[in-house]
Parts: sequence; structure tokens; C-alpha cells
Amino acid sequence: MPEVLKAPLVVEFPFTRSLGPVQSAFLTGLRERVVLGVRTTDGRTLVPPVEYDPRTAEEIHDLVEVAPTGTVTTWAWNHEPRRGQPLDTPFAWVLVRLDGADTALLHALAAPGPDAVHTGMRVRVRWAGERTGAITDIACFEPYDAEPGQPGNHSGEFTEPLTGIVAPARLDYTYSPGRAQSAYIHALSEQRTVGERCPSCRKVYVPPRGACPTCGVATAEQVEVGPRGTVTTFCIVNIKARNLDIEVPYVYAHIALDGADLALHARIGGIPYDQVRMGLRVEPVWTEGARYPDHYRPTGEPDADYDTYKELL
Amino acid sequence: MSKEPVAVVGVGQTKHVAARRDVSIAGLVREAARRALDDAELTWADIDAVVIGKAPDFFEGVMMPELYLADALGAVGKPMLRVHTAGSVGGSTALVAANLVAARVHGTVLTLAFEKQSESNAMWGLSLPIPFQQPLLAGAGGFFAPHVRAYMRRSGAPDTIGSLVAYKDRRNALKNPYAHLHEHDITLEKVQASPMLWDPIRYSETCPSSDGACAMVLTDRAGAGRAPRPPAWMLGGAMRSEPTLFAGKDFVSPQAGKDCAADVYRQAGIADPRRDIDAVEMYVPFSWYEPMWLENLGFAEEGGGWKLTEAGVTELDGDLPVNMSGGVLSTNPIGASGMIRFAEAALQVRGQAGEHQVDGARRVLGHAYGGGSQFFSMWLVGARPPQS
Repeated sequence: MPEVLKAPLVVEFPFTRSLGPVQSAFLTGLRERVVLGVRTTDGRTLVPPVEYDPRTAEEIHDLVEVAPTGTVTTWAWNHEPRRGQPLDTPFAWVLVRLDGADTALLHALAAPGPDAVHTGMRVRVRWAGERTGAITDIACFEPYDAEPGQPGNHSGEFTEPLTGIVAPARLDYTYSPGRAQSAYIHALSEQRTVGERCPSCRKVYVPPRGACPTCGVATAEQVEVGPRGTVTTFCIVNIKARNLDIEVPYVYAHIALDGADLALHARIGGIPYDQVRMGLRVEPVWTEGARYPDHYRPTGEPDADYDTYKELL
Repeated sequence: MSKEPVAVVGVGQTKHVAARRDVSIAGLVREAARRALDDAELTWADIDAVVIGKAPDFFEGVMMPELYLADALGAVGKPMLRVHTAGSVGGSTALVAANLVAARVHGTVLTLAFEKQSESNAMWGLSLPIPFQQPLLAGAGGFFAPHVRAYMRRSGAPDTIGSLVAYKDRRNALKNPYAHLHEHDITLEKVQASPMLWDPIRYSETCPSSDGACAMVLTDRAGAGRAPRPPAWMLGGAMRSEPTLFAGKDFVSPQAGKDCAADVYRQAGIADPRRDIDAVEMYVPFSWYEPMWLENLGFAEEGGGWKLTEAGVTELDGDLPVNMSGGVLSTNPIGASGMIRFAEAALQVRGQAGEHQVDGARRVLGHAYGGGSQFFSMWLVGARPPQS
């Protein structure tokens, strides 16, 4: 059995966020070195602030400033910081109840080691040098033994408030297409298309998935299909897709390879786009080193009769 | 023991727009939920459970947003469920909520669906660069356009039908204050002159990308008795699924869609949907799906859906109005789009649809689908409670 393939898959995107009034004030405040909480109708001060009271579901927007000093309510030591974490040397994740607040904020505490951290210890904000209106405007917390800081009396009104942020997200996966698709991909490297037949309904799946989605049974019997096939339906693409270097217009078609029981999708070339039709007989055109056929072109055979492919649209 | 009848007593929507930069996601869902509660004249304390739906988390990149939305939806101390079924999720979410009432698990349930597409990238979320796979060569419209061509071949429909649907839905949207697109100067000529993106689909025959939320309050018979306005009663509701791709899949008229509709009609005692149903809010993201779904849902025989559209039957003043609200073609906050169909169906039988009200609508179908025509959810609502 050929080797099962594996490759890294990185999913990465810079998401935009509209902040709404409360988060806008909170993040703008951090930019101005002011920590804001929100006061509930029963007099609690929530830091970080939320838009709706978790107890009563009321909308809350009474912003109050709290001190940049506080008390660690619990913590965990991080031995091995990863990319994107607040500090690049080992640190403590801490929940800090800032002086004047009734709830705790999650952040990082710079400390020489776990022995230097305890619940109840006093800490203060270490501001980042460059601040943009983000939680990272607090670089981290640091141990602090002096008097509690005094909160100012900021109203939460700022000039040039921040209304949105960009939140980059990234996920790292190791992707494996599994046994059946690995075999299909290996065969493609020899310019052969190999599917699998369901032992129950006898349908040939290309690409194979290792199981028949209709019968729910494993498939193993390999069947070579094509290389020729029939265009069963198509569209003419008139808009250029990002990161695709294909001149428009071009034809994107469903092609039922001879011997396959469902169509695969590919581009049609070697014929003017407005002459492509349902039933056109085509064959693959390979380019050196490519994993997939670059496109399919007409074979010159007569068109297939509609009844021969109408179940394969 | 028979099921508890389920009533819709509150409906709330945001004004759907391209970008709601003034609110967070929490602020957006809150607005719809608040309006549904106001419509029902209820408070957060009257709600026993919350059922929420949206399209994949990848779209806005907030993983499991329901966790952080519990405060905004008054769900603290109550059960809160999230439903996932791609584009049909708004419909499935409403049905999960309805089933909780029907099963007498809860008396009154708030159900809500949303999408903030301005903070999202749906196209990116749906076409991740999976190793070894050939990239999708055509985009979302390119996925659906070949199926439209297959429909045209099968039915012999003239190629103008798609533009008739788009022209109708955009005019209907002008009567719906919540619709995203309000194209006051729309003409059929403009629709037909718009660029061909994925031939046979034109730009004007595609849906917009919207920020929006939709909420409903569902309740039992006792709750309906206390409602300040006439309720809509659920007469039938069903969901069906099938694989995205399989040998023998009929993309033009998927079996799961037919089965789902048949189940709803059986529950509701509908013998002839064309005769017994007064109007339909169906999920039409590309205009050609109107005639396709008319056939799939049993309103026309195979190959005959386009004839209803062409004859004006599906116009607002036609015999079987379709997408009185302007439909998905005028408003598409993806996760909410299915629930908007369900909610608009309810508004019609409650007589609360305003300018796009169909006179005397007694039984209206709400329809949603999603994935590669893979998930279906539908409900039929009526002005009178179910028999039994």
C-alpha cells in the first residue's frame, strides 16, 4: 500500500471586529493608559467590561475607571511560551482583580519563576511603550508592593475613539487526505485517474473517499477511469478569482470521466469558451510536474447523447 | 400523548445592511432579540431557553460565539443551544427551538440566528487551501451556475426566467423596511443588462452580503393565549440531509428537499401544496433557484416551475406569492437567512407583514437549504392552531 500523505495546513485570516460602545471605550482607554470597567445597576464593577449584565441581562454602559494595581485571584505557570503570547520568557497566567473592580481580568504576570507567584499577591499594570487600543497595550502585570494606585475619574469619553480592531487568527493543522485519496494522488503522478468501486451499489467514486456515502460501507476495489470523459454541465466564468492566474472568460465544467459514476470539476481549454456545450467529449492536458491536469480539451469525437450522461450532471 | 402546539408570538429583525459598524456581534443579536420580546410583550425572565444558530465559526472567526452571547441574550442560568447546518441553519435553529416546545421540555423559547458578514470572509472560510486538493476554480456562484444550466437543459426554460425572479424580489424588497437592498430605480432592463458573472448567472441574480439578525419567540398553547397579537401556529416542520456529493445526486432537485417537503405536508395534512398553501418564503440565493425549488417543493411538476414564474404566479399579487419580503436575493446575513424565511412566513399568517402582506394568507411555507444543496429545513405555519 502506498504511503499515506501528510502536509501542513495553515489557516490564517485577519478578522475585523466592530467594537460597540463598551468595548470601544475599554480599548480606547488602554491606549490612553486608563483601565475602564462598567457598573451594573446593583453596584458591581465589571473589568473587563461587558455590554450586558450577566445577572439581569440589562444593557449597561455606566463606565468607571479602576486602578492600575490589583490582586492576583488565581494563576498558572506557563513554562514554555508560544508564538503570539504576551511574553517570550516563562511567565504566569494570572487573573487580576484590579483595585475598584469586582471581577478579574486575565493577563500575563512577569515573574522570575513559579515560586515568586502566589494567590493574593499584589501586582500592577506594565504599560506597553506603543499602544494602539488593544489588550496588549497592557504589556503584562508585574509584582508591586507599594500603596494601591488611585483610580482617576475618567468618563469614558475620548477624542478619536477606536471603533474597530483587526484580530488576526491562525490555526496550524497537519492534514492527511487518508488512504483512499493518497492512492488517488499517487496514481495522478503517473497521469492515471484511479477511483474506487462500492461493493454494494457498484458505483465508482472519483476521487475515492474510502467509503461510499450512500451505502455507508468501505470501498477498496480500485478502478482506473478515463482518461476521456464528457462535459455534463458547465458555467462560463467572467470574473477573475484572486490568486488564480487564469484569463477570463473561461469554462468551468463538470466532467464525467468514462467509467466514473459522478462528475469531477475542471477547466476546459483548446476551444473558444462560447463553443463549449453539454455532451462535449474531452481529454486531459497535463503540464510537466503538475499534480492535476491543467485543463481538458476536446477529443474531436461526436458529442455524447444527453441520455448517456443526464444522471451525472 | 400528542405534541404541544407551537406558536410564534414574537418576531424581531435588525435592519439588514452591508455593514453594522456601530455594534458588536452581541449588540447585533441583542437588537433582534429585544424586538422579538417587544413584539410578544415579554421580558427576559419569561424565556425558558435560548436556541441560536449561525453559519460556520470560520466566517467571523469567533469560535463558539454563543458562549460570549449568553449575556446579551439573557441566557444566564438557562439552557442555551447552538445549531449548525450551514446555510439552512436559521431554519434548523427555529425547528430545534420549536421541538423543545412541542415536546413540553420548555414553555417559551427564544430562537435567534445571525451573521455579521462585514466582519467575515465567507468565501475564504469555504475554500481553505487544503493540501493536495485542486483549488476551486470558480467561486460560490461557479459552484451553483452549472446546476442552473442543468436545470435549463432539463426544463427547457427560456434564459430570461432568472431575471424575472430578481426583478420581482428586488421590487418586493422595496416594501420591506428590514430588507438590505432597496433599489428604488430597479427595472427589468437593468437586471438583464447587469454583467454575466458565471454564465448563466448575472450579477443582479445573486444575493448581497449582509449584516443582520432575526429572532422569534416560540411558545406553547398557554403562552399563545396570553399573546398580545395573533400568533402563527406551526402546522408541520422537518429537516433532511444528504451527502454533498454522491453518485446519483440530483443537484437540480435533491431528494432530501423532496422528502423534507413531503414530511411537512404530511404533518400538516396538505394534499396539494399548490392549492393548499397561500405563499412561500424560500431560500433563493441565485434567482434561478425559485423555479427549481417550486418543482422540488411540489408546487409544480418537474420542468414546470419556470412556467409559474413566467406567468407571474409568484409575484406579490399572484396566486402563489414567493419571497414577499424580497428574499435572500435582497438580504443575506447567511446564518440568519433561513430564520428570516421562517419568520416572514409567520408574519404573513399573523397579518403583520406590513406593505408586503399577502391578503388572507392562512398557510405559508418557510424554506431553507444549505451546504451544497445538502441540508434542508422547512416549516409550514398557519393562522389557526393545528387540528387534533
